[in-house]
Amino acid sequence: MTKVVVRVPTPLRGFAGGQRDVPVEATTAGAAVEALCHEHPALRRHLYGSDGALRRFVSIFLNDDDIRNHEGESTPVRDGDVVSIVPAIAGGSGAARAAPVDAPPLTGEELRRYSRHLLLPEVGLAGQRRLRSARVLIVGTGGLGAPAALYLAAAGVGTLGLVDFDTVDASNLQRQLLYSTADVGRRKLDAARDRLAGLNPGVRVVPHEQRLDSTNALEIVRQYDVVLDGTDNFPTRYLVNDASVLTGVPNVYGSIYRFEGQVSVFDASRGPCYRCLYPEPPPPDLVPSCAEAGVLGVLPGVVGVLQATEAVKLLLGIGEPLIGRLLLYDALAMSFRELKLRKNPECALCSPRATQKGLIDYPAFCGVPAPGAAVPSGVPEIAPKELAAALAAPDPPLLVDVREPEELAISHLPGALPIPKGEIAEHVDELTRARAIVLFCRAGSRSADATKTLLDLGFSNVRSLKGGINGWARDVDPSVPVY
Amino acid sequence: MREVVVPTAALAAMRESARVAYPEECCGFLLSAATDASDPDSRSIRGVLPATNRSDGERRRRFVILPAELRAAEDEAAGRGSVVTGFYHSHPDHPARPSVFDQEHAWPWYAYLILSSGRTAGENSVGAFELDPERREFREVTLRIGAGLPRGVADAGARRGETEGVT
Repeated sequence: MTKVVVRVPTPLRGFAGGQRDVPVEATTAGAAVEALCHEHPALRRHLYGSDGALRRFVSIFLNDDDIRNHEGESTPVRDGDVVSIVPAIAGGSGAARAAPVDAPPLTGEELRRYSRHLLLPEVGLAGQRRLRSARVLIVGTGGLGAPAALYLAAAGVGTLGLVDFDTVDASNLQRQLLYSTADVGRRKLDAARDRLAGLNPGVRVVPHEQRLDSTNALEIVRQYDVVLDGTDNFPTRYLVNDASVLTGVPNVYGSIYRFEGQVSVFDASRGPCYRCLYPEPPPPDLVPSCAEAGVLGVLPGVVGVLQATEAVKLLLGIGEPLIGRLLLYDALAMSFRELKLRKNPECALCSPRATQKGLIDYPAFCGVPAPGAAVPSGVPEIAPKELAAALAAPDPPLLVDVREPEELAISHLPGALPIPKGEIAEHVDELTRARAIVLFCRAGSRSADATKTLLDLGFSNVRSLKGGINGWARDVDPSVPVY
Repeated sequence: MREVVVPTAALAAMRESARVAYPEECCGFLLSAATDASDPDSRSIRGVLPATNRSDGERRRRFVILPAELRAAEDEAAGRGSVVTGFYHSHPDHPARPSVFDQEHAWPWYAYLILSSGRTAGENSVGAFELDPERREFREVTLRIGAGLPRGVADAGARRGETEGVT
């Protein structure tokens, strides 16, 4: 055994019988400190954490050198060496939303699971406890919400509220990694709960299996520290924004379109809200949803994970949040750009001159049918079987396929005239007004819009194929592929 | 300890260093005369010594004083009959109350002064705290300001010719 001296720092001498230098026998620097604690057990609490490892802010010097520059605690010692315990002094204001001081310390299992977080001074034990006591509401567990939920659960966010009422569809699997093939047909929230519990059993998943609307949004959002907007439609996006402003819960916004994404953090107390950026929604026909326009599967993964990053930063109170900045991501160009956003001094919602004091009727505000309603009210439809009969009868209706050219290669109906929805008004001359017309798309939404356009232009005998070509495949001709 | 006594000029020096560092956190050492350091009831500060905030992350919410700098400060103080008996740091835009992070990183025996800086309510407030020996709480202790130093007592904070607390 080698005889060395352990030098006790001033603040700990009271726990070592008032001694500055304590002689011990040891072969390594780590063993010397262990030997000191063996002799003076009251020191242990200050030098070692509950996991038995040296506290992060305890440094050990061998003579004049930090043992981290050598072999750490295994650094061998020689006779006459001085092993000094030196405090690294740290502190700081922490985050605005601090975890309750009485939150229990992390368990040994948690210390192992979150080890890579604990190594970051910006997270550390306090940050991890803060994450554990944090609550995030994810509105929509689709392309954006699914990856965000996975990362937030993995990061140890203690409570994840999930709002969705859908079931898993095979077409979700291209991007919604929260679900597996075996989940097709299951309720999304059931599948999500199972997957997240498997990933991190320490996370409490709170399912809100309902449509977020003006009657329940404030009550739900209020229960959370951060809301993550993973919606794919304007009425819900405005609803989430307005509920965020009215409750003071910051909103991590993300949206995607084909190959492009946007991310921002709307926190009206510190910057603009979504309404400052877009006081009014675009005309309903102008912006197709992913179901209509398609989306690169990886894209929502990138955007959803960016949102999760911002949510974690907000919860920890670290870094520069994307407040007052709109991040634009272009997957094809592989570029990130940033736009500065300013608070609108006239904003109807978040300015001192706000006129809107509560939630409103969002479908009406956005000029779209209430979410869940199949088609705009008043649009005449025809069922697939009814259409099959009409096509077999004398004087069959003219079929118009309003899908995009790319979709025609997937499936088609013989004899259908292809006119994309956006161009329908320019092709009225090709559509004889005397004859019956049936418009169809993939699932019935775009053809309903186009039918309404033609009716507005004076056509009378126009109908939309209910359920689209996918409905036709299901009810009439199973040889037509469904997509 | 029951109280921490800080000379007016030392407090002014810490406030100035908090103001200059804003929006980042400032930090530094509290020095006491070696003969005063062992008083269990009262901690009399004779001067302060600024430290470099070496947090490599978010210096607006964190400070770190590296062990090597503490060792250097201790050596410096010892040469002048002083001892490092505590630390000060600022909370930009936050109240002068210890955070959970402060508590988890605190050491017993030392006195901790926290100053709020910037735009928070209760601007310029300052609080004194110590960790109890069981590490259970970071408790507030009475802060007494203005008791001067005995005439002729040199201050150890002159190392870099700044923010010394001698009146």
